[in-house]
Amino acid sequence: MKQAVPRPLPPAGEENGAPRLRGELPLPAHWRDFFALTKPRVMSLVIFTGLCGLLAAPAAIHPVLGFTAILCIAGAAGGAAALNQWWEADLDAGMKRTAGRPLPAGRMDRTSARDFGVGISAGSVLLMGLAIGWLAAAILAVSIVYYAVIYTIWLKPRTPQNIVIGGGAGAFPPLIGWVAATGHITWMPVILFAIIFFWTPPHFWALALFVQSDYAKVGIPMMPVVAGEASTRRQILFYAALLLPLSALPWFIGGAGAVYGVAALALSTLFLLLSLRVGLRRRAAEGDTMKPEKQLFAYSVIYLFALFAGLVADHWLVVQGITA
Amino acid sequence: MTTFDPDARRKRIVRSRNLVMALLLAAFAVLVFAISIAKMS
Repeated sequence: MKQAVPRPLPPAGEENGAPRLRGELPLPAHWRDFFALTKPRVMSLVIFTGLCGLLAAPAAIHPVLGFTAILCIAGAAGGAAALNQWWEADLDAGMKRTAGRPLPAGRMDRTSARDFGVGISAGSVLLMGLAIGWLAAAILAVSIVYYAVIYTIWLKPRTPQNIVIGGGAGAFPPLIGWVAATGHITWMPVILFAIIFFWTPPHFWALALFVQSDYAKVGIPMMPVVAGEASTRRQILFYAALLLPLSALPWFIGGAGAVYGVAALALSTLFLLLSLRVGLRRRAAEGDTMKPEKQLFAYSVIYLFALFAGLVADHWLVVQGITA
Repeated sequence: MTTFDPDARRKRIVRSRNLVMALLLAAFAVLVFAISIAKMS
């Protein structure tokens, strides 16, 4: 297996494709490119799950402090994403899906991306510690290191289990939101962490199944590339089946009400059905449109949004005294 | 046909970056003030 190790960093301003004319200074990166570096679409899911953790917690937080906590979670996610793109600029250049990002497209130099990532990550942790609390700040710092170092630098180029273990990075936001509101960790935020942790493999592998040629081209050992399609499909099914009881666990332990429980069971059953369509296919034929895989990927995003929205709605109904 | 003027483009990019930075700093100052009030209440 070819190891995907990025090339050493070139000096600032000498990056391949940096927009410049002969004898001229390179053009500075546009602010929109810095914004793009934070992966805004991924960040929206991070903000949403963090907000849900904050709102579903059994403690009220001042709206300004709640806003600050979410801002810090978003800043940390953006900083970690920038560091991820700084490290993987060469790999991104080799994949159609990512070739248009600011670094591989040559619209920004690597040093700027690295400094931006470190700056907003450190600033977010510091602000979280000073304004909210140091336990939330410590978990936020762990989440950045988990994504930028453990996942991006260590696991991703080395093992097909990268997504399974690396999924932890995306699972932190509800835990951080909860801790920001309450100041301590209980079983509920740990279960929310586990739900996103076990949701990540089927979500990502559904995507990997229809872009596996991209990953193979740059030597990233994603599951379909290393273990093959059949094994990946079986594992998608395994994690989807695991998600069904796990998503309902907050209801079983009394951390959430029946509204959430019913919503979780319905959403997870549909997730399992869509995973069955993917899991029971042995191998896609040449020229296949990969419709079931694309549908599963699209639904997995809706699933997580709906599940966490259900949790907040359930909490609100209980607080209002509408349900028990 | 449009001509590529690197100096004009550089100025445009730097101006927009400065504007965004100024807005972010102003927003941060307001946020710090609001956090102080929230912590006191």
